[in-house]
Amino acid sequence: MARGSIETLKEVDATGTLCPMPLIRAQDFVRSIEPGDRFALLANDPGVYQDIPAWCRMHGHEIISTAENGHVIRMVIQSAGAGSS
Amino acid sequence: MPIANAPKAIALISGGLDSMLAAKVVANQGVDVEGVNFYTGFCVEGHTHAIRRRDQAKPKRNNALWVAEQLGIKLHIVDVVEEYKDVVLNPKHGYGKNLNPCLDCKIFMVGKAMEMVGFHGNPFDFAITGEVIGQRPKSQRKETMPIIARESQANDRLLRPLCAKNLPETLPEREGWINREELFGMSGRSRKPQMELAKQFGFKDYAQPAGGCCFLTDEGYSNKLGDLWTARSKRDYELDDIVLLKVGRHIRPNPRFKMMIARDEGESRFLEGYRKAYVSLRAADRRGPLALIDGEANATDIKLAARVVARYSKQQSDGQSIVNVNYVDGTAESVSAVPFEPYEIPDAWHVGA
Repeated sequence: MARGSIETLKEVDATGTLCPMPLIRAQDFVRSIEPGDRFALLANDPGVYQDIPAWCRMHGHEIISTAENGHVIRMVIQSAGAGSS
Repeated sequence: MPIANAPKAIALISGGLDSMLAAKVVANQGVDVEGVNFYTGFCVEGHTHAIRRRDQAKPKRNNALWVAEQLGIKLHIVDVVEEYKDVVLNPKHGYGKNLNPCLDCKIFMVGKAMEMVGFHGNPFDFAITGEVIGQRPKSQRKETMPIIARESQANDRLLRPLCAKNLPETLPEREGWINREELFGMSGRSRKPQMELAKQFGFKDYAQPAGGCCFLTDEGYSNKLGDLWTARSKRDYELDDIVLLKVGRHIRPNPRFKMMIARDEGESRFLEGYRKAYVSLRAADRRGPLALIDGEANATDIKLAARVVARYSKQQSDGQSIVNVNYVDGTAESVSAVPFEPYEIPDAWHVGA
């Protein structure tokens, strides 16, 4: 089972912040985890739909899933490692 | 793919053309380039997704991210909101035409960039900016170039590839990491040389914001910030304050309070997020914008504010409007208001206009 599976998935809560803060929060969190770890980024600025995929492409991270519940966007991201971000 | 043991440079990436070109010129010489974009809170790049209407045909992109992706380099986006306050509030070299501390800003950013550690785990050998002598009247002049290099402590580790031939040789050139002959000698306000170089590199799509990448260069924005300081008798700000200065029309009927009135649906939706922190008003009986009140409005002020809100709401023939007022403590009331006629709102009430 991949680290960061559903039981242990950590959430980075960036709700209430505006872009690029969700990206900055995700970027900072990636430094504290291992390559292959997954985490969920929570945000409500729709800008994450553009910014996060661009950031992931650039650094080799992978977006595993994206969902929107009410006003909260939840993106599950698999880190490519601290050296990438 | 960077070459092992290649010199490493950090490029300041604003999202505009000049920094994009500068990074490209250096990357083309085999240097391992990473980008950095500093988030100050005043960035034109920030917040705009949330404020814009959702039905915009073209989604607003973050140009710094986009530029880095086009260049194939990695980008650090760094939150400097708190540290940057000192640059805005106490600029050693003063302000430009508005409240833009451009010279101090550049010194700050180059200094911060040189303190960074790259994704490769090491400090950078030198920093790159897209500065061009004479391009900007305050910060990009022949006299300011050595000031930035010296006060940022980058010294001769600061390379400006677009105008390097007009400046003394830098360490990357002396070390042979960079071939000076392949750098440029641009100067002046013309954008033609940059556009020509962009064409050579095959860059067809790039941002060229008229006022640069910072709201502080905007006269209206700076006036609003000055008004905020005057009204609070204190030169200070929080992030929410400076974000809200970007949104809506700002009307100050008297020193006690200011109204922030949405100009479209996107702004109304954005201001909704602040309803727990500010008194809010909206017409109950017709379509109209959401307005927030910043300051200490008394009962008479609220009635006046309701008339202002009614003025910007859809007009009806009966000449009366009901405006709902929601207070921060959770209480609410409805106020009957006669909309102001446009001429009844003095120009002096419009902050930043």
